[in-house]
Amino acid sequence: MIRAVVAFARFWYGFIIGDDWTAAAAVAAGFVATWLLLRAHVDAWWLLPLVVVGITATGVARDHARG
Amino acid sequence: MVSPGAVFAPAFLASAVEAIEMAVIVIGVGATRGWRWTLTGAAAGAGVLAVLVAGLGRALTVVPIDSLRLVVGGLLLVFGLQWLRKGIRRVAATGLSGYKGGVHIDDDAPPPGAGFDPTAFVLAFKGVVLEGLEVAFIAVSFGATANAYLPAIGGAVSAVVVVGVIAAASQAWVRRIPRSALQLVVGLLLTSFGTFWGAEGLGVDWPGSDAAILWLLLLYTTTAAVATALLRRRPALTPARQP
Repeated sequence: MIRAVVAFARFWYGFIIGDDWTAAAAVAAGFVATWLLLRAHVDAWWLLPLVVVGITATGVARDHARG
Repeated sequence: MVSPGAVFAPAFLASAVEAIEMAVIVIGVGATRGWRWTLTGAAAGAGVLAVLVAGLGRALTVVPIDSLRLVVGGLLLVFGLQWLRKGIRRVAATGLSGYKGGVHIDDDAPPPGAGFDPTAFVLAFKGVVLEGLEVAFIAVSFGATANAYLPAIGGAVSAVVVVGVIAAASQAWVRRIPRSALQLVVGLLLTSFGTFWGAEGLGVDWPGSDAAILWLLLLYTTTAAVATALLRRRPALTPARQP
């Protein structure tokens, strides 16, 4: 039972966090910022694509620097 | 009285858009992670969907579709970003012909014949449940608006069948995609759909509605192409040159 719970938690950790927790954190921050802008009546459709481009660029650059 | 054709045609076209999105996810995941657990996840999703539709019927609209879009979109986005980053590195390191058929595409995927692959199952399951619900919503809303459920349901079901047949036939085309690029392609698709659904779940009105998926795909493809080109210009640090 405990083994199944651990395997379940490990799967979702790998699915959401993977080997770069900053990407998941940035997506969460992008969602919260988009929600806040929408509540302030700002048409914020552009924010999440910018966040994704930024995450991809920084993630690839970090991998590259690590070799 | 609205003619059946005037309900069938728009229900078919609107449902076809959702069915294409569903098929793209299932084919992309199946080609990358293997078909067994992808199709099992898709079948499980269809089963849950059938229970929901049969149980709720016309009351289907009580399902909180925006919350579902937010959760499914968010999960697809964080997972798609991982594949996108790995795909960029792989193509930069090996080029488009680096991995031949039969070799694993996704480093994290279990080998063929291994046990349960929860990643393939969950991705296919979520794609089918979310898009299937959208198709069901279309059938219910078009049917209620015109007070003609039968042609609306007929249009929606026909769209799913037609797209399903085309998707099954397109497997041969998918196999032609260089295997080293497949993880990148699927990462781009998951990231595009994840962005679209996640933001839509928050209440964003995308310019161009569903067509926004195409320009998101174009934006992310351009980003990936630039990143790959930059990595290939400095190959000394790429994994291909590592001992």
